[in-house]
Amino acid sequence: MDFGQDHYALFGLPRRFVVDTAELERLYREVQARVHPDKFADAGDADKRLAMQWSTHANEAYLTLKSPLKRAQYLLQLAGHDPQVEHNTAMPTDFLVEQMEWREAVIEARDAADVAELDHLHHRMRKEISTQYDALHQALDERADYAAAADLVRQLMFQEKLLHEIGDALEAVDA
Amino acid sequence: MALLQIAEPGESAAPHEHRLAVGIDLGTTNSLVATVRSGMAVALSDDQGRSLLPSVVHYDGAVEVGFAAQARQSLDPRNTIVSVKRFMGRGLKDIAHVESMPYDFVEAEGMVKLRTAQGIKSPVEVSADILGALRDRAEASLGGQLTGVVITVPAYFDDAQRQATKDAARLAGLNVLRLLNEPTAAAIAYGLDNASEGIFAVYDLGGGTFDISILKLSKGVFQVLATGGDSALGGDDFDQRVFCWIIEQAKLAPLSARDSRLLLTHAREAKEYLTAHGEAEITVRLGSGEYVDVKLTTAIFSEITKNLVQKTLAPTRKALRDAGLAAEDIKGVVMVGGATRMPQVQRAVAEYFGRDPLNNLDPDKVVALGAAIQANLLAGNRAAGDDWLLLDVIPLSLGLETMGGLVEKVIPRNSTIPAARAQEFTTFKDGQTAMVLHVVQGERELVSDCRSLARFELRGIPPMVAGAARIRVTFQVDADGLLSVNAREQTTGHEAHVEVKPSYGLSDDEITSMLKDSFNHASDDAFRRALREAQIEAQRLLEAVQSALREDAALLSTLEKAHVENLVARLQGVMIGDDRRAIDNAMDALNKGTGEFAGRRMNQSVQRALAGKKVSDI
Repeated sequence: MDFGQDHYALFGLPRRFVVDTAELERLYREVQARVHPDKFADAGDADKRLAMQWSTHANEAYLTLKSPLKRAQYLLQLAGHDPQVEHNTAMPTDFLVEQMEWREAVIEARDAADVAELDHLHHRMRKEISTQYDALHQALDERADYAAAADLVRQLMFQEKLLHEIGDALEAVDA
Repeated sequence: MALLQIAEPGESAAPHEHRLAVGIDLGTTNSLVATVRSGMAVALSDDQGRSLLPSVVHYDGAVEVGFAAQARQSLDPRNTIVSVKRFMGRGLKDIAHVESMPYDFVEAEGMVKLRTAQGIKSPVEVSADILGALRDRAEASLGGQLTGVVITVPAYFDDAQRQATKDAARLAGLNVLRLLNEPTAAAIAYGLDNASEGIFAVYDLGGGTFDISILKLSKGVFQVLATGGDSALGGDDFDQRVFCWIIEQAKLAPLSARDSRLLLTHAREAKEYLTAHGEAEITVRLGSGEYVDVKLTTAIFSEITKNLVQKTLAPTRKALRDAGLAAEDIKGVVMVGGATRMPQVQRAVAEYFGRDPLNNLDPDKVVALGAAIQANLLAGNRAAGDDWLLLDVIPLSLGLETMGGLVEKVIPRNSTIPAARAQEFTTFKDGQTAMVLHVVQGERELVSDCRSLARFELRGIPPMVAGAARIRVTFQVDADGLLSVNAREQTTGHEAHVEVKPSYGLSDDEITSMLKDSFNHASDDAFRRALREAQIEAQRLLEAVQSALREDAALLSTLEKAHVENLVARLQGVMIGDDRRAIDNAMDALNKGTGEFAGRRMNQSVQRALAGKKVSDI
């Protein structure tokens, strides 16, 4: 097996940010139906080992392509533009200020056990994230502007994390 | 389903040859063995028509398993091991209610052991004796030696508990085709039976474990989206509550081991009686001479077990959330495990999901039946159209200890298996040449709150300044949910490499020596059995290779083909003899010699799967 093969090539999909997720799922299942270790439970050790490697690879590829954020990071990596999410924490000041305001609003609503407000924040954040992904699609698929895409990816990591935290707060208040 | 129209690499059984494969539900309270007969999954019964085998082993001179052992429970509690599943892969401090158990525990590294009249027994050995009884039953019923088994484990079992289960199977001389999660097994039995599509929850409350799994069933694929549970919560705990309630009501003095066991048995009977009745009369004459006469109503029973039922709903909420779903997205809730018969459990589940749970399959048998269907498929007994795929997950995150006793997660929970993930670490001191890797499992941030799986040392790191070394640690979880870890230092020109397979309580050497011991005891029998196992395995490998050659010889050059044929002939030559080592060696050679061929076939298979779906068509 060619482990150097990229995740898009594995499923025969074009290397784009916009992916038909239903089609991706179908292709993933088709590949797993061929390579899953359960298909080789009565085979020799060589087959078993290969099946595990292939199946692991298919799982990893599917996981990466299914999530828009992971997919964007992966595309940047393929294009040789590491978004350096761990080292590059520089953000535009207005974005950071905005994030702080968001965070305060979430903490306030959580402490007040205000489910309606948390729901509202959750909805607004999802809308904002969705707009960001549209911009990411433009930057990656239309303009090949990797620097802009890397900036968006770094911002989205903040936003996705915040969305998750609003979910946690909702769960905590609901319980 | 159109998936199987071209021959599959794994599909090698000739249509006329049916391989003997069974599914085993190794339960806390009861165990079962089932098989697929004429296309139908059936539980196999003993000579008295009973399909349940109590998971009880009595040690005193002879080893008794099942009903015979259960009969000894009250008379000889110390040597009669019940609910041994609770001890699998567990240390003494992990086990609840130790004080009310009549056993003579021996604290041992990794896993607790029990001192019996027949010597010190590890839970793995006790489980192996239960598996052995089921194996004997299956072989008597099917009239031949088993090719392979699927053994079910609670979805929420961690690596230590899974490894212990697999070790027990090896000790019982079984070829494990797969460890299968219990709720997933139930979903297979239910889903195939009802041709279901959609998202289902499986609520599995067994004797000692609770699992909740959320699955998506569509077009022949069973995909587990999330799983959760509590590996120390089950019907036994309800017995325990009733037991404590009786002691309180009857104001009993501390009990002897025999009286404890006697009272627990009555508590269990009262619980079962309350499934269909409004109240249960509990009357017992204890060995101490005391007389117990109390009345337990369903209302009191519900009240004293309320928080146990609630304890199952927390993991249920978490699993739904992990799957990104709400209770109303669930199309049906399949009830599994004898403990789900309790009316208060049924009510709580119905209320939480806002729908009546599905009870149309026997909750005691459904797991074994699902395992039998999976075993049949894995053994290669595929019928036309009988192809479906199972995609399961790991229940608990796997990680490594980092500075300050914190956990760095490497593979998050609910990752589809098999899964692998690599992470890079570095040295923190100048000139550091070794590094200790501590592998843990669990969701908590602190190492001390997670389960320690293995510790190993990576040596031979070239001395460098702190932070310059690059140590790549790779976690691989296989389709049984078992982990292996591999670490490699990869600065230019220097490589160090170590591989661990965590094993608990029993090392490979211990298992080998136990197997040898059992061979010595019944040497001829055991020897023949081991030889026969090797021959079956060799036969399986030969069939797989020959079928591969028939289908895809074109992928080999003439020279390569001759080489493979040579190795085939060598194995054929030795497998009719009685030299087990020669058979093993020839199998090894054939396995190695067909590695490249297998790779080419796999590539071709994937290309075929995607063929006709060009980029332009998508």
